[in-house]
Amino acid sequence: MSGALQIFRNRDFWLRWLSAAALLAVWQIAAAAAASPLLPGPAAVMAALVKLLLHGRLLTDLGISLARVAASFVLAMAIGSAIGIAMGRNRSIDRLFDLWLILGLNIPALVIILLCYVWIGLGEAAAVIAVALNKVPTCAVILREGARSIDRELLQVADVLHLSWWRRMRHVYLPQLYPYFMSATRAGLALIWKIVLVVELIGRSNGVGFQLGVYFQFFDIANILAYTASFVAVVMAVEAFAIRPLERSLTRWRG
Amino acid sequence: MNALEVAILRKAYPRERGELVAIEGLDFSVRQGQFACILGPSGCGKTTLLSIIAGLDRDYRGVVSRSGRNLGMVFQTPRLMPWLTAHENVRLALDPPPRAPGRAEEMLAEMQLEPFLDAFPRQLSGGQQRRVALARAFVNAPDLLLLDEPFLSLDAPTAQHLRELLLSLWARRRPTILFVTHDLREALSLGDRVLFLTAGPARLALDLPLDLSRPRHPDDAAIEALRIRLLESHPDLLRGLTAGGVAESAV
Repeated sequence: MSGALQIFRNRDFWLRWLSAAALLAVWQIAAAAAASPLLPGPAAVMAALVKLLLHGRLLTDLGISLARVAASFVLAMAIGSAIGIAMGRNRSIDRLFDLWLILGLNIPALVIILLCYVWIGLGEAAAVIAVALNKVPTCAVILREGARSIDRELLQVADVLHLSWWRRMRHVYLPQLYPYFMSATRAGLALIWKIVLVVELIGRSNGVGFQLGVYFQFFDIANILAYTASFVAVVMAVEAFAIRPLERSLTRWRG
Repeated sequence: MNALEVAILRKAYPRERGELVAIEGLDFSVRQGQFACILGPSGCGKTTLLSIIAGLDRDYRGVVSRSGRNLGMVFQTPRLMPWLTAHENVRLALDPPPRAPGRAEEMLAEMQLEPFLDAFPRQLSGGQQRRVALARAFVNAPDLLLLDEPFLSLDAPTAQHLRELLLSLWARRRPTILFVTHDLREALSLGDRVLFLTAGPARLALDLPLDLSRPRHPDDAAIEALRIRLLESHPDLLRGLTAGGVAESAV
C-alpha cells in the first residue's frame, strides 16, 4: 500500500504523465490546424480503435501477428545464442563464422524476406524463418560478447569443485550470460515486431501488417493509427510486465 | 604416509621470444595431516605450483600425485559467485547438492556467519567473504587443502582472526594443508614446516621443520627470534619477502 502511494509522490512519475499529455496536446493541435482526414486527432483515432475492437478483426490480427513475433523470436534466440556462445568460446569457430555474421548483419531485411518467400514459398514457415533470420546475427553478436566476457577465475573454481556440466551451466555460465540474453531479448523484440509487419505486408493475408496495407490503399489514416497504437501498446505491455520483472529477478543479486 | 608428492621437472610459459621458466626441478612431499607453508618472493611460481597440484594446469613435465580424492582450494581473492548467497556458495561445493541437509549451514556457523546465510557477496565485508571461501573449501571435508595467500590485503586483526579460524578447523579435521605466502612471520606462525622457494624459476631452497609449540602468534618472541636468525643465516633466500607489507632486509 505504502509502495503504491509512494509512486504518486515520485517526481519522475508525474513527469512521465506530463510528457504523454504534451504529446497528445501537440497531436491534437496539429490535427485541428490541418483539418484533414489525413491527420486525424487523438479522439478520432480512439473512436476508430473502439470500433475496430467491437466490430473489426483487430484482436484476431493482433493475435496472429503476436504469434508470428513469438515464434520467430524463440527460433532466432535459440539459433543466435547457440552460434554466439560457440563463437565466443572457441576461436576457430569464431574465425570460421565471423564473415557469415558480418554478411548476415548487413543484408537488408527486405532482401531476406523476398528470398525466403521465393525459395520457401508464400507460407507461414517462410514468414517466420524470414523474420528469425533477420534477428539471428544481432543475437549471435551480443551473445558472443557475453561468452567472451565469462570470468575465467570463476571457471577455475568450478574446476576445483568438480561441478557437473549442468551445475556449471546453471551456477557459473548462465548467470554471467543473463545480462546479454536480456539485451538480446530487448533488441530482438524491437527489431522483430517491426519486421513481422513488413513480412505480413508483402506475403500474408492476415495480421497487423496485412491490414495496414489494406488501409493504406484507402488512405484510411485513422485505422492505420488505431492498429499501430494497439500493437505498440501490446509490445510496451510485454516489456513492462514480462521482460522488466524477469530482468529484476535475474539481477536481484546486484541490489 | 604422504598425502602429496610433487616432482616437477619443468613448467614454462611461452613468451614472444623464448619462454619464461616458472618452475624447474622442484621435489617435495607432504605428510598426511601436515600444515606446510610454501614461502617465496612474489612472482616466483607459487600460484603456478598450486594450479598444477589442483589439476587446473596440466601443461608441465613431471609427476604430481595425491593420495586423497577430495581437494579444497582457497584463492588469493574469495572468488565467490556474486549471484549466489553465502549459503548457496558453500552448497555449490557439495555434489550431489544437499547430500546431508544442513552441512553448509553448520560450516557457515563454524565460521560465525550464521546471520549472513542469505547475504550476497557484495553485502559482505572482505573478511566475511574470505570466511565464506574458507567454508566452501572445508565443507567437503577435503583431504588436501590448498591456500594461495588467502588473507592477502586484509587488515592485520582480521587476517589474524582468520588464521586462528583456519588453525582451529585444521586441528579438528586434520586435512593436509599447503599454505602459500610471501610473509615469513605468517609462515612461521602457522606451519609445521616451511618450504622456501627460490626466486623464479622456483626450486626448493630450504626445507625447515618447525617445532614451536601451539598456539602461536605472529608477534611471539620465539617467532621473532627465529625470523631474525633466518634473516641472518639466509640473507639471499629471504630477499624480496615481506613481513606485514614491509620488505625484509638482512641488515
